[in-house]
This record gives sequence, structure tokens and C-alpha cells, in this order.
Amino acid sequence: MNTDKRIDALSERLTYIRDIFSNGENANIAMLSSELSEFRELRNSFSNEESARRLSRLEDLFSFLESKLEKELSPMDFVRIVRHPQRICLTDILENVYDNYTELGGLGEFSIDPSMLIAQAYITRRVGQKIIHQPVMVIGQEKGHGQEFRNGGSVKPWGNAKALHYMKVAQAEGIPIHTYVFTPGSYPVEDYPGAAQQIAKNIYEMGNIDVPIISVISEGGSGGAEAIGLADRRLMLSHGYYSVISPEGAAAIEANLTDGERVSDTLIAGCAKRLAITAADNLRMGYIDRIIQEPDLGAKPNSYDFFRQLRTEVIRATNEACISVKGLKLFRAMALKQQNADEGEDVFMRWALSHRARKRLVEKRYEKFRRLSTSAYMDHRSIFLRTVSAIQGVAWATKSWFFYNLVGRGVRAAKQGMEEIQAEAHLVKERTARILQKNNNECLSERKMSAEVRDKLFCLSNPGQGPCFEEGRWKYNSPRGRVDRTYSCPNAAKEGCLDLWGPDLFRDFAGVCSHCGHHFPMEYQWYLYNVFNYADGFEFNSGIESANPIDYEGFDLKLDEARKKTGLRSACITFETRMNDINAVVICLAAPFRGGSVGAAEGEKIIRATERAQRKQLPLIAYIHGTAGIRIQEGTNGVLQMPRCTMALRRYVDAGGLYLVIYDSNSYGGSVASFLGCSPYQFGIRSSKIGFAGPRVIAETTGIAVPPDYHNAWNALSRGHIQGIWDRREMAKNIQQSLMTMGGRNLYYR
Amino acid sequence: MLNIKELLEDIKASPYEEIEISVPHTGLVEYSGLKVGDKVNGPCGEWKEKSGTVLAKLTRERNTKTITAPEKGEIVSIRQELEGQFVEAGESLIKIRHFLSKEEVIQLILKKALFLFNAPEKAKYYFTPEVDTKIKGSGERSVKVTEGLDLFIVSRMKRETALNYSGPEGLIYSVYFQNGDNVDAGQPLIGVCPADQLNQIQEVVNRVQSEWEENE
Repeated sequence: MNTDKRIDALSERLTYIRDIFSNGENANIAMLSSELSEFRELRNSFSNEESARRLSRLEDLFSFLESKLEKELSPMDFVRIVRHPQRICLTDILENVYDNYTELGGLGEFSIDPSMLIAQAYITRRVGQKIIHQPVMVIGQEKGHGQEFRNGGSVKPWGNAKALHYMKVAQAEGIPIHTYVFTPGSYPVEDYPGAAQQIAKNIYEMGNIDVPIISVISEGGSGGAEAIGLADRRLMLSHGYYSVISPEGAAAIEANLTDGERVSDTLIAGCAKRLAITAADNLRMGYIDRIIQEPDLGAKPNSYDFFRQLRTEVIRATNEACISVKGLKLFRAMALKQQNADEGEDVFMRWALSHRARKRLVEKRYEKFRRLSTSAYMDHRSIFLRTVSAIQGVAWATKSWFFYNLVGRGVRAAKQGMEEIQAEAHLVKERTARILQKNNNECLSERKMSAEVRDKLFCLSNPGQGPCFEEGRWKYNSPRGRVDRTYSCPNAAKEGCLDLWGPDLFRDFAGVCSHCGHHFPMEYQWYLYNVFNYADGFEFNSGIESANPIDYEGFDLKLDEARKKTGLRSACITFETRMNDINAVVICLAAPFRGGSVGAAEGEKIIRATERAQRKQLPLIAYIHGTAGIRIQEGTNGVLQMPRCTMALRRYVDAGGLYLVIYDSNSYGGSVASFLGCSPYQFGIRSSKIGFAGPRVIAETTGIAVPPDYHNAWNALSRGHIQGIWDRREMAKNIQQSLMTMGGRNLYYR
Repeated sequence: MLNIKELLEDIKASPYEEIEISVPHTGLVEYSGLKVGDKVNGPCGEWKEKSGTVLAKLTRERNTKTITAPEKGEIVSIRQELEGQFVEAGESLIKIRHFLSKEEVIQLILKKALFLFNAPEKAKYYFTPEVDTKIKGSGERSVKVTEGLDLFIVSRMKRETALNYSGPEGLIYSVYFQNGDNVDAGQPLIGVCPADQLNQIQEVVNRVQSEWEENE
């Protein structure tokens, strides 16, 4: 009987190996297979002793060849390992790494989202003579071992909301959070609260959660991973992958297929290699802090040594996160640095932090992410310019502090005091006047009001002033307005729109159908010159240029093409401008440059623009001409811009800044799910389409086709993603009004 | 009284409908290389989001628009002499023979045989409680309607008013809305069939269901 079990175990190991090295011709695998089948055939002819001897020899052979095969693993094999049903899942970790746990927010299928598992767990240790229980909040994607209802660890928006809720619970309780990333990516449904919106919210809130967060990455697929992955210490399992997109997705984009076609396996494997997704790659680039070594060919639910090591590592990481902000550490810090992998549990530390330590923790987390991926772009500015800009930054910050904090505070207090006194005096005056008037028997209602004042008060707008001709003409006209041809509105069949002559349409009408209001696509320059007064503005950081940090094959060529075609160095243009007497910092993501995708250069420019706006105390407007999301060719460098930019923006908003986002044309992916989606004020131009994943990606990943209008601005508005829809021709007016109503007279400070 | 059998024979004699494609405005015609006898497809997809086969292109003022097939079918005639010519609005280009599907035939027969009671205004419509229970209990064909019968509740702006049936006496054969649906003015609510014709209609529909061969 025992022999049967051992043979079964071996055949399971063989199947696993075959799955991992799928359809690869390998002499080692062939050998294992033939040895096993030979033993099976001949076992009845052996004596018991002989059979046991041969079996243990066969097991040794398996172990030997497994370690040999381990060295042959390609990046795509790692992907197959993490997706295998025999891979460890979060429940295995809860069972084996923690000492006691209670699941929160539902069990198995009966949960708001079964693919997100939350548990409060204990780590129990003996320190000296004392037994100590340390509670932690464990949050992570649960794949199960191939259960259908968990969507393979793809979390729906409400699952991410659940995770955020319990992170706040942990914050209230002052216990550390351990997150386990086991997701191929988020589930792209846009139902309220919307996949992108919720991830943006998670990242935004996690930036300021002031308890230690440790994340362990096994399968880190872009947006889904970032939703719980922003951490003080990031560990990664040696056979895991952490990437901006799945290799299949990258291959589909590379091959640019139409529906129904399949990408070849070699291209997928090639993409896996080029994207630099393995643990070693990520450690080299500095995106994770440590690798946890797994047994050969990946950890399985019975790899108990691995679980012990994982336990040691997460304890050690939590200790490190705590000690970095603690006052008294002395020997323990030294001990932690020297520690071997086995001795993680020796050092004891209280994981509850003091009020000041918590503040330092958030600060440190920001600094950690601010430093990442700073070598992944090209900075062409001379050393002189860099020094000058650094000095300038300090000067602005000092000036702002002086004007707005030191003097400004006093002035504001005085103004408020005066207002109160005036209001009191006004009331007394009114009352007295009324008594006097009563005696004089005069009617109050017959007050004189000039016709002009009345019009101003009672008329909302003047239809006589056409929206397109505020100043007689536009400053910038689309080059299409010079071509003598007509255009047909796509709504012509439904709305009966007449054809429009190009010069009319693209000059006077600003690319808007004069009959139904359909917005034809417009160049980003139109907005820059006509709305944001770019001509009189000052562009900064234009020397920061997109690069090819992971040497993605053929990408240098494509970047050169994009540079030549657009004359831009990156998809992001940042400038300071003055519109109708309001100074503001503007970030523009231009679609013509690689689809407006965000990489390290764009992320850095956004952060610097945010810092500039904060130092100079100016409102910040992000105009998104179009964005395809995160630039996949930069690998993890791209995906890290999500937390980096969001954290910078959060600091800006917390400092009292006014951050406004305006979408135009198509905005999808990581950028919407982070630094754009986190803004409390988001507006869409009528032509905008907003969502987490484009229709094709949704169809490919979920197998469900979405209606053609799924992502349009009206749907985004009704599910609460954006706060309003604007006509292009009235955009300047609307921005002015938004700034004045949201920011009030003191635009930066609330 | 309508002779349904005759109607069916008529449809069988010419089991298709001919669609004439004409140009919506003046322009230069350019065919997409189709010949007589070629098959074309209509718009498809769950939301009809994929347009049909491109039949021709029409260019005016350097604005090229495609003319696509509105239905699935076969090309019967094509005016090749117009290729590359400047034509005036309304000029016919192509004739498509669209073979009727089972559903279309049934709808065609029902449309002619039934009396359609239309919604008088845009509102939410419900059956009155008695009728509703009867329909839920034993199907719509158990409800006999007569002139002046209190049949619907029209719900609009939180006000509910009764709507009486007016038309020939008969049984409700088909219901074209769900209880509580917002129905546009002029859209049919129910189709009524005279009691003596019920069997006949049913028989024809069954025959169509089983015998109609869909011509590809």
C-alpha cells in the first residue's frame, strides 16, 4: 500500500514537470517517464525489499533531475509554475505560516468576492520565557487550487474595496498588514465602483496607511497586484513573476492580431523573456527587497521547509520595517542585519508603533517609492541646470512657506475676523433700518435695480454669444481645417446630421458636429493653445526623455519613430501657464507618442510637476489627451509609476492642493487606475472613453464581449467615475469655473 | 376575413424580399468588386456593432463613405455601368435578395393576421391585476378581450391611469412588452387574434416552424 502511494506521488511529480515544461522535448523528462513506467511494469517480479530499494533509488533520481531541470527554467516556465493548480495558495500559507487565523469577510464561495481573502492571524513565538502573540492582518488574492468561482485570483472591484476596508481596520488596531499577491491581473468590470476607480482608491489610501505593510509577490499581474502591493518591504518568491502585463497579453499587443487569431507560443515565450518578469530581474532593478528561495521547480502545498522559511522572512521583514522607524533599536538592528535565514524568529520587536514612528513610516514609504526607477529614463539637462532647478525648488518652498504660512496665516485670520465683524454690523444696520422704514410706512420690495444687474442675476447665460466665437477665432486650428473636403458625422444615420466641410468643422466648430454635438478627434495642440494658453506658458523638464530600460527588443527603434513623428521626447508635456488670470501647472499626456502610455520618464515628469505645484502652491490640472495605460516595454519600471505618481499626488492634495483631471479620447489602463482615478475632480470631454481595460482586452481575458458604448463618457458619469461631461468648445470656460468653485479665491489652499 | 393559407402560399411563392440599395446623396460610385450571385452579410454582433459587407464607396468632396448591406442575402442585380460615374441622390445601385427566415415569416403572418393594439403614449405599462394573474396562471391565450375592457395600467410620472382596450374581440395571441417596461408611443403592446382564427393561425405557425427551410 505504501509503495502504491509513493508511486502515485512520483507520477504526480512527473505530470507536474510535464506541465511546467509544456510540449518541450527534454531528455531528462523522457528518462524519468521511462524509468517510472519500467518500474511499474516490473514491480510484481521484484521482492519487497528489492522493490523498496529500487523505489528509493527512483525517488533520488527524481530529486536529482528536478534540481537539474531547475537550472533550465525559462521565464515562461516560471509563469506556468505560478499558474499551476498544484502551486501553493493563500490558504496553504495561512495554515502553515501563521499560528491561528480567522477569515473575515466571508468564507470560500460565500463572500462578496471569493478571490480576495482576508484573515486576521496570529504569529505566536517564544521569547525568553514568555509566549508572545502578535496579530497581523493577512490580505491577499486566493486562487485556490483551481476553483472556478475564484476567477483565478482576478479580483473584482468590490474585492479590492473589501481589502481596503480591512487595511483601515488594521490601521485602527495598529497591527501590521501582510499582503500576498497571487493575481494574474484585476477583473476588468466597470460596474460601480469600477475596476480602475477602486484600484486608484486603494493605492491612494495605502500610501498613507501608517502601520507596516509587507507584501509577498508570487504572481504579480499589473493593476491587480498594485491594488494591495504598495508596501514598506516587498518580498518575492523565487519562482514568481511580477510584471506589467501577462506574456500572453504582451504577445497579443506585439502581434497586433484581429479577433479570433491566436498568438504563437514562441512569441509568448519571447515576450516573457523580454519583459524581465522574474524575481532575479526585479531584485536587480530594485523593485523588490528580497527573494525567498523556493524548492526546486516551485513550492507546493507540502513544501513545509519552504513555509518555515517564509514565516521567518515575513517576521524579519516586519521587524525591519518597524525598526527603521523606531527610536530604541541598538543591538536588534545589528542582529537583524546579520541574521541568517533560519534565525528570523529570534529578534523580538513590538509591532505596535508610536504616533511619531507611524508618521515616519509613511514618510519612509514615500521616499522608498520616490527613489525607484529613477535610472529608467534619460535626463538631458546639464549639471548646471539640475543644480539651478534644485536651488529654485528650495527657494519656492521657502517663499510659499513665508507667504502662505507665516504671513498668510495671520492675514487670513485677520480677514476672517473682519468678515465676522462686518456681518454682525450688517445685521444690526438692517434691523434698525427696517424699524425706521416701518415707521415711515415704506415698502421694502420696491427697491430699484438696474436692468443690467437684473440680467446678471437672473439670466444664466447669453445664447447670443456663440460658444465657439468667444474671442472671434481660435488660436490654433487643426491642420485638417486646411484641406478642402467634407466629413460625415457617424451619427448621421440616427440624427440626420448633414455633412460638414472640413474648414468649417475643424476651424470654427472646433471639430464638433454642429447638428448633434459629436466630437471628432482633435490634436492635443488644439487644447494646449486654445485652452491652456501654452504659447505664453513655460514648459519645464522637457529634457527628460523616454528610454528603453530593460533593453526590450526593437523598442529603441519604435521610440525613435515616435520621437520623429511627434517631435516629443516623451508622452508627457508639463508646463506652467496662466489662463484668465489664474496660474496653474498643467500635465498633458499626448496620445500620438506611443498611445500616451506612461513609462518611467512620464512618471518622473508627473511627480516633478506635482512637486513644483506644491512648492509654488498652484492648482494642478492633468489633461489626458489619451492614454493606453502603462508602457509594457518598460516592464516593471512602468507599473511602478502607478504607486509613485499616486503617492506624490496624495502629498500634494494633503498639503491643500487642487488637482483636476480632464479626459479626452481614450483613457485606459494603469494610469486611470492610479494617479488619474484618484482625483476627486475628474471630468470628461464628450468624446472621451474611460475604463480599466479596452474592449478587446476584456473580451480576451473574460470571454465576454462588452457593448460598444461600455466605456463612453455617459456611462462613466453614471457609474460615478467622472463628475461631469464637457463640450470641447466650452472647456476653457468650464476649467475657469471649476477652479473658482472648487478652489475658491485662494486657489491652492482650502 | 383574412385567408392565412393564401398568405402563406404567397410567401412561399416568393420566399424573399428584395432590397434596393440606392445612394443617399450625389457622389462618385466605386464598387467593391461584387458580382451577381455573390452572398452578402448584414450587420452582426450582439449589438449589431459590426457593419455588413461593403457594397460600394461613394465619394463627394473627397469624403468617402461606404455603403454596406443592410441584410443578409444574395446580389440579384448590380448596375456596373455606374462604376466610376458621378450619380445623383436616390440612384439605385444594387438589388439584394434577402431570403426570409422562420422568425421573419411568422412575424409577417402575425402582423397581417393579428390586430395590434398600440401604446397611446410613452409610459410604463402594466396589465391590470386580474388580467395579470390570469396570464401568469394559464398563459396569455386564455385572456379574451372585448371593446372597452379594462386591460392596462399606464404609469407615468407617478400617476397611474387605466387604459381600456379598443378593437375587435378576440384572444391575446402575443404580448410585446414586459410588465413595467417603458414603451414608446405607437409601439405594439399586444396582438389580438379573433377566437375563430386561433387554431388556424396556430397551425400555420407550427407549419412554418417545422417546414420552413431557411434559404442561405
